[in-house]
Amino acid sequence: MSLPVGLLALQGDFEMHRQALADLGHETRFVRRPAELAEVSALVIPGGESTTLTRLVARAGLADPLRAFASERPVLGTCAGLIMLSSELAGEKQGDFGVEPLGILDCVVSRNAYGRQIDSFTAPVDATALDGDSAPVRAVFIRAPRIMAVGAGAQVVVTHEGEPVGVRQGAVLGLTFHPELTSDRRLHRAFLELGG
Amino acid sequence: MENPWNNEAVGELYRQKVGLAEMLKGGVIMDVTNAQQAKIAEEAGAVAVMALERIPSDIRKTGGIARMSQPGMIKEIQAMVSIPVMAKVRIGHFAEAQILEALGVDFIDESEVLTPADNENHVYKHDFKVPFVCGCRNLGEALRRIGEGAAMMRTKGEAGSGDVVEAVTHMRAVTEGIRRLQMMRTDELMAEAKRLGAPYHVVVETAELGKLPVPNFAAGGIATPADASLMMQLGAETVFVGSGIFASEDPAPRAKAIVDAVTFHDDPAKLMEVSMKLGEAMKGRAVNEMDESEKMAGRGW
Repeated sequence: MSLPVGLLALQGDFEMHRQALADLGHETRFVRRPAELAEVSALVIPGGESTTLTRLVARAGLADPLRAFASERPVLGTCAGLIMLSSELAGEKQGDFGVEPLGILDCVVSRNAYGRQIDSFTAPVDATALDGDSAPVRAVFIRAPRIMAVGAGAQVVVTHEGEPVGVRQGAVLGLTFHPELTSDRRLHRAFLELGG
Repeated sequence: MENPWNNEAVGELYRQKVGLAEMLKGGVIMDVTNAQQAKIAEEAGAVAVMALERIPSDIRKTGGIARMSQPGMIKEIQAMVSIPVMAKVRIGHFAEAQILEALGVDFIDESEVLTPADNENHVYKHDFKVPFVCGCRNLGEALRRIGEGAAMMRTKGEAGSGDVVEAVTHMRAVTEGIRRLQMMRTDELMAEAKRLGAPYHVVVETAELGKLPVPNFAAGGIATPADASLMMQLGAETVFVGSGIFASEDPAPRAKAIVDAVTFHDDPAKLMEVSMKLGEAMKGRAVNEMDESEKMAGRGW
């Protein structure tokens, strides 16, 4: 029996990810405590508010356990989840809003970089470098972050108008948008295949 | 006018609006009246703040017409925090909503806490790029607001009372209404739509989903971590706390405790831990001792 896929269920749209993974026939379980990481095969850090997630991760004592988990197992972060995975924030000083990325995925991210909610949008993205399929994916960007720089260890695997919107480092995948909000399960499938 | 439910562009926009509501799940949205309070809320882990001039318990005390907040004050709050900033408009006051949209607020609450501007109609929310949240007391009211384009629902409860009883009543009423729909045969749904006074297509969608088509949050009278946990266990997906934080003795630790109580709403040991050393909760007023004319939940059509 393989282990279920974990959903970091501190705050955010983890229920939408649960649905996406269930559509692909995968069992899931919620992770709120460090010990629960031992019971999952992979982990999704959902969209939500990165300020809130930072505080809840710290209070739950999850920061180091998450780093250790990501060195061994696949992790997907969408939107705020990508912010949590990133190594550095652009455009704000550490401590401005108290957001502390975990430094798991080697990239620099700028939060709310497109503007406020009225600037949220839906657009096609190119994920050929992720799964070899050149058909565009419809992507929902909500108060989305931007990837400003990608380190040597990571590679850009999804682009929007030539700009990076998805980064991969080994089996860790970070997306600035929300594949869980549409019915197309292609990117969740690609993530699950990163685990081999 | 084009039916929004058949229009792909409107459908895509609507999904973005509901998407933001999805991102707020499992969090706490806090009422704040100035930038300093907004900072305290963000520090405590709030997922969003609701900017308003007077918290509901003060609206009750001081009386007068309660209107949309001053744009200048909302701008100060937007500059202070990075989390979404919401603000309220009077029921039916689409011009106030246009101003808030121009300000770039992230969510508009068409709220019974303010003095209604229209005795029959609510704002047609599909006209806006900014998403709306509306209050409800029962399923029919929730589905009417969703029909108008609301991207998030919340119970009305009784704002500014510090008494959770009405939020419980309204949450149970919505849940019970959905359970009824799920037991019905397809040929009974039109009569039920008529009885609820709700749009048929939204009734059918709700019956199929077994839940509201948009996130369902709790509001109105929540004052303690236990209140927040109660509402989450009754099916709320997030909690609004209005007067409960900044009308309490020591707001910052209480705000943090309520955030933790929502995340760990089903863990009594954790709830006990976060409920320690919080100072006095807001004094409040029992809803059952209020005159009908004092209650806000009856506003909305």
